[in-house]
Parts: sequence; structure tokens; C-alpha cells
Amino acid sequence: MTTAAGRMHSAARADVLDVERVRADFPALHQTVHGQPLVYLDNAATTQKPRQVIEALDRYYRSDNANVHRGVHALSERATAAYEAAREKVREFLNAQSAQEIVFVRGTTEAINLVAQSWGRTNLRPDDEVVITETEHHSNIVPWQMLCGQTGAQLRVVPVEDNGVLSAERYAQILGRRTRLVAVAHCSNALGTINPVKRMISQAHEVGALVMVDGAQAVAHLSVDVRDLDCDFYAFSGHKLYGPTGIGVLYAKRALLQEMPPYQGGGEMVKHVSFDRTSYLDPPLRFEAGTPDIAGAIGLGAAIDYVDALGSEAIGRHERELLMQATAAISRIPGLRIIGTAPEKTGILSFVLDGVHAHDVGTILDMQGVAVRVGHHCAMPVMQRYGVPATARASFALYNTREEVDALVAGIYRAKEVFG
Amino acid sequence: MTADLRSLYEEVILDHNRNPRNFQYAPPGANHVAHGYNPLCGDEFTVSLRLENGVVTDIGFEGAGCAISTASASLMTEIVKGKTVEEARALFESVHGLLTSEGGAGPTGKLQALAGVREYPARVKCATLAWHTLQAALRKEQGTISTE
Ligand SMILES: Cc1ncc(COP(=O)(O)O)c(C=O)c1O
Repeated sequence: MTTAAGRMHSAARADVLDVERVRADFPALHQTVHGQPLVYLDNAATTQKPRQVIEALDRYYRSDNANVHRGVHALSERATAAYEAAREKVREFLNAQSAQEIVFVRGTTEAINLVAQSWGRTNLRPDDEVVITETEHHSNIVPWQMLCGQTGAQLRVVPVEDNGVLSAERYAQILGRRTRLVAVAHCSNALGTINPVKRMISQAHEVGALVMVDGAQAVAHLSVDVRDLDCDFYAFSGHKLYGPTGIGVLYAKRALLQEMPPYQGGGEMVKHVSFDRTSYLDPPLRFEAGTPDIAGAIGLGAAIDYVDALGSEAIGRHERELLMQATAAISRIPGLRIIGTAPEKTGILSFVLDGVHAHDVGTILDMQGVAVRVGHHCAMPVMQRYGVPATARASFALYNTREEVDALVAGIYRAKEVFG
Repeated sequence: MTADLRSLYEEVILDHNRNPRNFQYAPPGANHVAHGYNPLCGDEFTVSLRLENGVVTDIGFEGAGCAISTASASLMTEIVKGKTVEEARALFESVHGLLTSEGGAGPTGKLQALAGVREYPARVKCATLAWHTLQAALRKEQGTISTE
């Protein structure tokens, strides 16, 4: 029934994004940098925030601010209702079965650490295997390495092909009796590849393994349905989805959360405390020790409303068009190599330029108002795999324009000129 | 090139980036070596030198980095060759002062080309990487020094 309503809702949405109107919602976009209009193409690092999100934070602090789940007074009730309403928005956004499957955390990093320390330490034995991929962000590598160190489990790594696609063959070979968990990014932050997570999940389930999907680079760009994917865990960060920093989400299947021990201890997560014995609340509160980022959750709810109103179809199409335009234009630049050329990509364009270090490309672009990320993108193994010390990365969001892509391309030519 | 860009990418910097001096070179009989790494951007250099009676008689560097770090390393090797340990330390101090606007007269001559970097806080670590590595080599520290 929610899907029918959802479909009607999406039919009412415009198919084409009105970029000029959308841009008017983002105050930070309207400024100059080094005397040039800002061209913000570092969206994979973090997105700018629409006034709807900024106003939701402002409204909360001005009128509803109180602690949650502990007061009988009016403000506390309002704050609690708004916080829980945000949880329900996240549930609907991911199409989770129940809001009890939605845990608010600090971000993707904390979500992954939570699963590693709570589920992982309880369930992993020496010689069990955790499978990750060569293209993961450090936050989907290091927590598993730590866990393996603690439990004696082994880390296995699925390699990536030259174009940025994971090796399906090696994945199938690596999965086996010992595999307990697969942790994989829905979309790669360094390469832009959209991984075939639905298929990878069903293969993992065939050998009895669970799957954690790192959705940090996915949720702002494509529609995610955790029930359709059948993933066991899904994580994302609010700040990459036009929401505030400091808030993120762990989705986990209810049966798993029910069995998992707390990640941190403190207030807000307990039923009863005495010095002999403490009993814990049911999920999700069991995993939300201490005062949560209430404003952040409410801001995230506003961000979800914002992208929902535009529709992931329209957003995805717009970003794909920008990616195609940019890819075609920069492919013509002599000496430029695109790192990550998978057929299925989000709006991420990593590249290296012969004779010009990524850092210098970044500085020269910045001087022209164009903000890109340069460096290893918290994915050092990816840099090693492609034999480059660093790349420059442009990443597109719903508010970017064709003219901004032109500015990027002109900026790269300028970098070539300087170092010519 | 706009004036702003030229203040960072001075002709001297571009030249030393294009043709780094004493690059991919380790002096024969090098007796002081250190490895420098900037984890933020992946710039990585090894500085090797031969120290005889307190004088740097030969020096070279290997590795990879951006134009700023490469040019700074190249300039450094050129200038430090023939200097005493004390003179090299003093140069380090003056370059450091120049880049962090902590004052001091700053170095003279070609090293002045690095002055523009001060306006780019994100790039200061690039310019100081080789110098920190040199310091480590002179102290004969083993292993890797890091800018973080
Ligand atoms: C693929 C991926 N995973 C995880 C993260 C970590 O997200 P956060 O820093 O918000 O916890 C990022 C963000 O940089 C990312 O791109």
C-alpha cells in the first residue's frame, strides 16, 4: 500500500529538474571564490544544504529544543515527536519494514563500526572470513581489519577490473563456507562505479553470509529499497544527502538488531540499571546511547523531504546527463586519463593529467572558483591499484549545471597551459 | 596566467618542477637518509645525503609529489649542497618562517619563489615536506617522517 501511494506521489513529480529553481534553494552556491562564481563539484565529499534543511534546524533550535525520550513537558514531547518522525521518514526513504530497523548514528563510519563491534565481535570466530572489495572507502576497510585483529577472522578482498567494475568471477570464488559477512559499497566514492549489490547480496546469502552495504555515495543519486536489495545492513551519512553533518543512519534487519549487544553504554539505551545488572532497551534505542543529534535527525528528515519532492528519477537523470557531458568533454583533453570507466556510474569523475599533479590541478581549478577534491579520496588501495598517487575528482549533484561542467573543462585546459 | 596563479606558480617553481635537480638520485656513499610522507595527499620523498666533516657534500631526492613539493625539494638540494649542518638548519628555519608567516627575514635568492605558497594554507605542507625530511636525515632518524 505504501508503494502504490509512493507511485502516485512520484507520478505527480516533474520528470525534469528545474535546476535554476533548485539552485535558488541553496544559499552557499551563490558566492564568489577568488573573484569567480563558485562552481561546487565536491559533492561526493559533502553536499551543500538547501534552505529547507537550514530552516528546519533553525526552527527546532528556536522553538522545540529539548531532550528526547525523557521529559513530560511540552517541548520534550515536541522534540521527541519530531525526532521519531524523522526516523519514520528514513524508514520510508529506504523502504524498510519498520522504523525499529532505523538506528541514528553519526554517519556511515559510525554505522560500520557499530556493526563490526556489535554484530562482528559477537559472531565471528577464528578462520571465519569477512569479504570486502578493493574499491572500498577506508571506513569500510579499517573497522573490518580491527575486527579481524580482535577475533582472528580473515579479511578477503575482491579485486576490481581496469574499468572499475568488481570482478564477478573472483567474488564468486572468494565466497564460501567460511564467509560470514560481505561489506561492499553501493557506489564507489573514488571511481563512481555502481556495484551490482542486489546480485552480490543474493550470492552471499546462498553461502549463508550477511551483507553490509555502504550507501554513503548512493542515497543522494539513486533510489534505495533495502527490502528489494535484501541487504542485512545499510549505512549512509546525512551530509552527503543535502542534510546536516553529524547524523547518519544504520539500517539493519530487525531480527539481527534484536540479537545484537549494545555498541556503547549510557543513558537512553537502558530499561533498568542497578549495580548488579542492567537491562537494555529494544532496538533502535539500544544503539543510541546518550543524547542523540536531535537537530541533525530533524534536518535529515527535511533533506529527505527535499529530495523526495524532486524525485530520485529526475535527480539521477540530471546527474547522468552532466556526467556524460563532462566525460565526453574531458576525454578529448590530451594527456588526461579517467580513472573509473564502468558502464554503470554515479556522477563521479576521477582523473589524472599527464605532467600535472592532482594537487596542482586542484589549486588551479580553485583559483577559477571550481571546487574539486584532490588526493586519495580515503581509498589508498584504489590509488595503488591504478598506479597513481592521487586523482582529481569532480562529483555532481542535483544543483550542478552544464555551464559548470564547461567551467571545469576550461579549468583543466588552464592547468595544462600553466604547466605546458 | 592570472596574476594570482603566477604568484604561486612562479617561473622558478615551474622550471624546478619540469626539470628537478638532483632528482631520482642518491649520492654514492650517502650516509644520511630519510623518508618523508604527506598522508593527506600522498606526496612521498626520500632524501639521501653524504655528510663529511659536518658538511653536506652531496644530496639527492627520489619520489613523487606535486609541483610545489617537487620544486621545493629540488631548490633545497641545490642550495644545501656544500652547506654545513648548522647552515642547513638555519635555511630550514628561514624557509619555515617564510611559509608560515612567523616572520624572520626569510631566505634570499631563489627560495623566495616559495613565498607565494603562504597564501595557500593547504599547500604549505607540500612546500615543507622535503625540508622536514632533510631535517630528519640530518638527525639521522630512521624510518618515515610524516607531515601529519
Ligand atoms: C563510500 C563511502 N563510505 C563511507 C564514507 C564515510 O562517511 P562519513 O565520513 O560521513 O562517515 C564515505 C565518505 O567520505 C564514502 O564516500
